[in-house]
Amino acid sequence: MKETSPLNLYKQLPQTNCKDCGEQTCMAFAAGLIARTRKVEECKPLVSEKKYAKKLEALKSTVAPELRMVMVGPADKQVKIGGEDVMYRHQMTFFNKPPFAYDVTDAMDEAKLTERVNKIANWKKFYIGNWERVEMIAVRSVTDDPAKFAACVGKIQSLTNYPLILCSFNPKVLKAGLDVAAKNRPLIYAANKDNWKEVAQLAHDYNVPVVLSVPFDLDGLKSLAATFAGMGLNDLVLDPGTAPNGKMLQQSLLNFINLRRAAVEEGQRDICYPVMALPINAWLTTKDPVRAAYWESVLTATFVVRGGALMVKHSIESHSVMPDMHLRFNIYTDPRKPVQVKPGIHTVGSPKPESPVFLTTNFALTYYTVESDLGSNGIDAYLMSLNTDGIGVQASVAGGQMTPQKIADAFNESDFKFESQKYPALVLPGMAAKFSGELEDLFGGKVKIMVGPEDSGRLGEWMKTQWPPK
Amino acid sequence: MQMAEKITLADLNKTLSEMNVQSLEGVKIEGDVEIEIDAGAGGVGPLFAYYFGQEIAQIAMQLLKFAQVVGYPTANLLQPVAVASQIAAPPKELAGAAAAVAAAVPAWKLADALATAKFSVGTDKTWKTPIQEIALGATKGNGGSRGHVVKLGGEKALPFFPDAAMPNSPKITMDVFDMPIGMAKAVKVHYEDVINSPGEWAKKAVKQFGADMVTVHLISTDPLLKDTKPQDAVKTVEEVLQAVDVPICIGGSGNPNKDPILLAKAAEVAAGERVLIASANLNMDWEMIGKACKDNGHVCLAWTQLEINSQKELNRKLMKVVGLPKESIVMDPTTAALAYGLDFAYSNMERIRLAALKGDEELTFPMSSGTTNAWGVREAWMVRSPNKEDSDWGDRMLRGPIWEILTGFTLAMAGVDIFMMMHPTAVAYVHEITQSLMGLVDAKTPDTASWLKMEV
Repeated sequence: MKETSPLNLYKQLPQTNCKDCGEQTCMAFAAGLIARTRKVEECKPLVSEKKYAKKLEALKSTVAPELRMVMVGPADKQVKIGGEDVMYRHQMTFFNKPPFAYDVTDAMDEAKLTERVNKIANWKKFYIGNWERVEMIAVRSVTDDPAKFAACVGKIQSLTNYPLILCSFNPKVLKAGLDVAAKNRPLIYAANKDNWKEVAQLAHDYNVPVVLSVPFDLDGLKSLAATFAGMGLNDLVLDPGTAPNGKMLQQSLLNFINLRRAAVEEGQRDICYPVMALPINAWLTTKDPVRAAYWESVLTATFVVRGGALMVKHSIESHSVMPDMHLRFNIYTDPRKPVQVKPGIHTVGSPKPESPVFLTTNFALTYYTVESDLGSNGIDAYLMSLNTDGIGVQASVAGGQMTPQKIADAFNESDFKFESQKYPALVLPGMAAKFSGELEDLFGGKVKIMVGPEDSGRLGEWMKTQWPPK
Repeated sequence: MQMAEKITLADLNKTLSEMNVQSLEGVKIEGDVEIEIDAGAGGVGPLFAYYFGQEIAQIAMQLLKFAQVVGYPTANLLQPVAVASQIAAPPKELAGAAAAVAAAVPAWKLADALATAKFSVGTDKTWKTPIQEIALGATKGNGGSRGHVVKLGGEKALPFFPDAAMPNSPKITMDVFDMPIGMAKAVKVHYEDVINSPGEWAKKAVKQFGADMVTVHLISTDPLLKDTKPQDAVKTVEEVLQAVDVPICIGGSGNPNKDPILLAKAAEVAAGERVLIASANLNMDWEMIGKACKDNGHVCLAWTQLEINSQKELNRKLMKVVGLPKESIVMDPTTAALAYGLDFAYSNMERIRLAALKGDEELTFPMSSGTTNAWGVREAWMVRSPNKEDSDWGDRMLRGPIWEILTGFTLAMAGVDIFMMMHPTAVAYVHEITQSLMGLVDAKTPDTASWLKMEV
């Protein structure tokens, strides 16, 4: 959406302030549409009353994302690819983090296939209150045998309902896969300059989204996209080529940047499709699995940062999945949402008078990490979230947002009474150890100041050796 | 149940509402006129409504819905041809209705030939102001003793963008400490032999690990550590200057009271060498540090905490109050590491760089990143997850370096020109990827379609 003024969207709304949507006014709803926190369909009169049909259509086209959004997968496990509106995340936010699709092949025996599918489907890591996971499976036809491919796809579907990418340039292989999987709306990879007619026919017959692959030729890619759009096939994903090394790697990134600019900054509607990257290509450059996984991470970062909408990957080892997941999470975090928790005393579990009192900052990441570390170790505690303007412990100690005086003030301003505790003590984060002496003085010697571990992951251990205080 | 010869939409709706039917699979009927088709549910394409025309489609949908009520699996009728052909023929009356509907659809036609289109896109015309180019290190001819000069900055576009080539590649200065410090195991194994000798440490960083520069951190001056006196601490600066001939950076302990005195002293000791002094901050006597840089021909690192306006204020003060020339300022807008606020650091730096390119003269300086911060993140160094339900975290000796690589490289894309780093593997990868994206690395590129049949 290029529109930035709620007023212009307001003109397309009923302007009755009916409050059905939950907003007080149509103008507030318009502001929600601009921020993409509300959807057009949530304006019930606009959708249900015939007299608004024209407004509805105009509004829908105005608020459509600049970069088309393609849905892949069964209804209950659907992933969104693309749907972006901005070039740089601070301009609003990036909306749909690129799904990570890990590969399997039709050359794997059943045991290996099962093991790998389960590894992909079960991988998870807890981060800021959520589970991070892999989203998709890319099935490569190494055998080029339609029957083997169909059997492989069938087996995968018996193990998981993860959205699939069916990967082959052979239309017969793709058809065999679609016969088994079309109902789960897989993405097919790919149509190219040689097979495009057969693949277009498949995309139509099975009504599935399709990747257009024309490496290092944006004219050719745009031509293929125009051809497909002309046939009414608009659920397209572009593969402009991911070179894993050399000067062609530079060219790959330039192509991604140019495609994103054309779609988002210049509004070129005939090339505004999501673009996919193939970090898996790192494995074409080396036989060393450590080197390959490292380079795959580097390629992932390159294209996650600059607009890749879907990543096909190979290394499912945690040492590379974790950093890649976190990078994607960070880049796709909505910068408009506050990342601070309410300053003041919070409780974890059911603290009693003999429970400890910990201190941390109001930076959401720090706070939730400490909270989760206390919770998962079964520690009942009071947790003071100090207002450091949302800055973490180490940086706020260095930058003066956390000082002994501010800590003492925070307790004075809260209703918390150390004297009602069995052990009147405050546990500082290890990184703030140097405040101990000054804090003892500020509390007039009535509160024992203890130093916790530098990382809250060690709180379980710390409790065993240090609590209750002697 | 008998079907009437003619069914109106209103009749259908009435019947359906009496039977309390809510929805078809993949198709929702909103109110009594609008149909919403879930594009992702499989089966019904967006072309459906288009070809059928709104009214016909409504009737068709209601018919189908009706059919569902009477027990026919209508979801199958909505499947594409290839799937629909596999199911049994529908009952007569419904087959008739479906045929009537099908007749209204123009046949889909495969294109005869590829369209021809040309792709073109412009550059960003708002980028008019180049970033200041900074030289670090002075050679003999220029009053110093360094073997070469390291140049930073000079960009006219975001890094690796098509608008303009980067005149200088990102550089890496490796950390050297003036006393043993705690390190993650993956890092420590590389420095155990030199941990008590800053000179040897610096040599190893340059000769073995390919550092462009070294940073000597005088952390022993911290009153909470050894409280080394400034005049004693700066002897380490001399030791490092003797040991290596690359340009150097000098860092304090971060103590706001002591750092200005320490860094002023260090600036004197290194006079003429054009070192990077790290760093001046708004919370300390920035004027004293800035003046020491100016008087001794050094470059001042202006450090602020993730806040673009503070960065402008500090830069302005260094220029206007201290009188530091523009070619003597580098910015450190703070590096929050991967999984620990990297999003803030990234966008703060990208905004700073974009503002500079658009002409904000208070921000047109190269940027530095304390990439070593990556090792403060638990995911970089911990053996296993404190959360018992996490998947296994894998080998930390492999995991940690990637943490440092991605922290640094991501910020390279936001505009960072010089990285303070520690792990030799991370240094090598950040060098390799940044130079690759500048087109400086020659390598035979494999056929990028061959991944499909790759055996791994």
